[in-house]
Amino acid sequence: METITGYDILIIGGGAAGLRSAIAAAETDPRLKIVLISKVYPTRSHTVSAEGGVAAAMREYDSVGNHAYDTVKGSDFLADQDAVEFFTERAREEIITLEHWGCPWSREEDGKVAVRAFGGMNVKRTVYAADKTGFYLLHSLFERSLLYENIRRFDEWYVTDLITDDGRATGFHAIHQKDGEQAVFLAKAIIIATGGAGRAYKFTTNSALNTGDGLALAYNAGAALKDMEFVQFHPTALAKTGILITEAARGEGGYLLNKKGERFLKKYLPKKMELGPRDMISRAIMNEIKEGNGFEGHTGPYVHLDIRHLGKKIIDEKLPLIREISINYADTDPVSEPIAVRPAQHYTMGGISTGIDCASTLPGLFAAGESACVSIHGANRLGSNSLAECLVFGAAAGKSAAEYCMSHHAKKPSAPENQVSQIEQEIRKILATEGDESTAIIRNAMQKNMDEHAGITRNREGLTKGLSVIKDLQERSKHVTIKDKSLVFNTALTNLIELKSMLQVCEVLFECAILREESRGAHFRTDFPARDDEKFLKHHLALKSDKGIEIKDREVALTKWEPEERKY
Amino acid sequence: MKNFTLKIQRYDPETEKVYFEEHTVPYAKDLTVLDALNHIKEKTSAEIAYRWACRMGMCGSCGAIVNGKPALMCSTFCRTLKQPISLQPLRNFPVIKDLVVDTDDAMDKFREAMPYTEIQKRHINEKDETLQTPKQLKQLKQASQCIKCMLCYSACPVYGLNKDFIGPAAGALAQRYNKDTRDKIKDKRMDSVTGKNGVYKCSFIGECSEVCPKSVDPAASLQKLKVAGMFHAVKKTARTVIKKHEKNLHEIP
Repeated sequence: METITGYDILIIGGGAAGLRSAIAAAETDPRLKIVLISKVYPTRSHTVSAEGGVAAAMREYDSVGNHAYDTVKGSDFLADQDAVEFFTERAREEIITLEHWGCPWSREEDGKVAVRAFGGMNVKRTVYAADKTGFYLLHSLFERSLLYENIRRFDEWYVTDLITDDGRATGFHAIHQKDGEQAVFLAKAIIIATGGAGRAYKFTTNSALNTGDGLALAYNAGAALKDMEFVQFHPTALAKTGILITEAARGEGGYLLNKKGERFLKKYLPKKMELGPRDMISRAIMNEIKEGNGFEGHTGPYVHLDIRHLGKKIIDEKLPLIREISINYADTDPVSEPIAVRPAQHYTMGGISTGIDCASTLPGLFAAGESACVSIHGANRLGSNSLAECLVFGAAAGKSAAEYCMSHHAKKPSAPENQVSQIEQEIRKILATEGDESTAIIRNAMQKNMDEHAGITRNREGLTKGLSVIKDLQERSKHVTIKDKSLVFNTALTNLIELKSMLQVCEVLFECAILREESRGAHFRTDFPARDDEKFLKHHLALKSDKGIEIKDREVALTKWEPEERKY
Repeated sequence: MKNFTLKIQRYDPETEKVYFEEHTVPYAKDLTVLDALNHIKEKTSAEIAYRWACRMGMCGSCGAIVNGKPALMCSTFCRTLKQPISLQPLRNFPVIKDLVVDTDDAMDKFREAMPYTEIQKRHINEKDETLQTPKQLKQLKQASQCIKCMLCYSACPVYGLNKDFIGPAAGALAQRYNKDTRDKIKDKRMDSVTGKNGVYKCSFIGECSEVCPKSVDPAASLQKLKVAGMFHAVKKTARTVIKKHEKNLHEIP
């Protein structure tokens, strides 16, 4: 097997966070050699599906402090406030940088970058590019990355395992899908930017790529995962497919209606109405449905998202993708009919535990974007903070990794021989397995289990049941037969590895969720419906140990804002 | 209960065998070709290879030849297609396996479009946004919709014959950055896209615009670049002549 050396930084993942970190590292020192490796072409990454916008205090009526406070309150006071301050201070700069790189942000009449309203944000501070913000952001970053000769892309390489030596991350093993070639990559620093694990759920807005690969890579190599029990459900996904209908639809003035035609949020969030935070609106929708006020559809109950009153002109100008998607995938033209929506899994708040410098608990390993948990989102992320996070912490990760490489800490990387042969052996073993299980059946069972037991509302009984189902599925996943024995675009193999990653993430998720006997943000326990700061104003750090998952507590960093009751 | 029938072209790189496989999937009104394929992969053929990701027409992964035409499988509905629905890999690319083709070469063409603005390194003091009115933004709107799905390369007869041709999407991308009012490297970009295998190779058949799932109209971009390229060439020649002339003037004693 080939060993690829001669590079300084290896970045896994080609979405917004990965590309931003590659550019930041390349700019920190042009002599640094950077690898951007992804299981897909970067422009296929899930960033492309982000719609609504990027948050930053852009205008004179706004301030970094206001943005930080909204974020902390949105997080149900679980976010680390020093990280939130760092984040909000840099978000505007990043948006301007992207602007200078040609990202076509939507504009006000005077030529300034336009801003729109978003849930949980007290003023208009969400910069956008129509309702294709993620698409424009991703392509702008991808196109910009072509300028740097010191960024070398390895497209469609699947990373199977991290390699560690003497307590540091030194590289990884990967398969080139095009020709089945395997290689070990070694470098001084590694950045994981592989997104979340939304595909562990059946009903999700996430693309097929979001299978928690990076989370499992990091966890299995000994890095800690943080706050994995917090999973965001977006209030408005197309009722049948789970395709995202952006919060910007409500930001621009859309209504949520029950079957009586009422804007039911007046019962739940009278001040904020449709611009409340996602966790609360998702719970409100589920409650309406429970009380019999939802519509009954052949794919389950739903409510209406009505944007008709905005008029065709505004819809075509500001929400063109929503119109296109609704027409294509729901047979509904939102200009003349309300859209059938219900909450869907949307975002993994937890992730690889990092500090503000994006360093994980494993030396040499950094993380950014959805795969990381700094934490700025705490128990509930505000809409339009995630693209901003990809930019701010993508840039920070690139810079940190570059500095790490240049510092005396970074030793020449090496791979212990037995680790590499073990990885090779494991792949051979998977391909040689003759069992009676199938990836699709196990995956469906996992997704059903997550929807049922780790959803918008949870309780001890369900979580315990959910965990035991996952453990059973983990065992069953060892007996899957793969008929294709080659390594060339063997999607049966990569789908199975993805499944195993998701199962690993689910196991950690359940363990953390069982321990958190309170309700905070997106983690709502019917058996413990109140927030309990005395016992649970803390992060959960999950580490792999000989005994299984070891969970440690970590204090929440409070700087300016004392936890208070979260009312909107 | 009706069924949809799909005829899928398979290719096994180990044995280099090409063959067709027929599958049926249960009828559903809103079933996309991608849904049908995912159903087949789940139920019977876990080994079949194809790319997909967002399933909402944005990521550009799932291009294939559907009933003879390049299309995104996630945006094509089975009920609108003649049966059996034939699925083949995109044309003009080497096939890796089943419906997966090698688009590395075409992906690299985007470099020739120089899709970035002039500011090479971010200057810390440059903290202010560059103004651009909605009207100016509209100039680049159409060309900026490209999702790099490669359907246009698959449809382009010129790229089919000459893999060095810059191709439709890269042309559209160059046009998109040329149209950006903040851009200052148009001349360099025009040099890059009007070379030997540049935009002039396009014979304006327009297949690319026909198959584009995002109505980018790359054919129009290429024609505009051809016209701009002529002005660019005249301007360049004039500059050289003036320079030479200036030199001669200085040489007059």
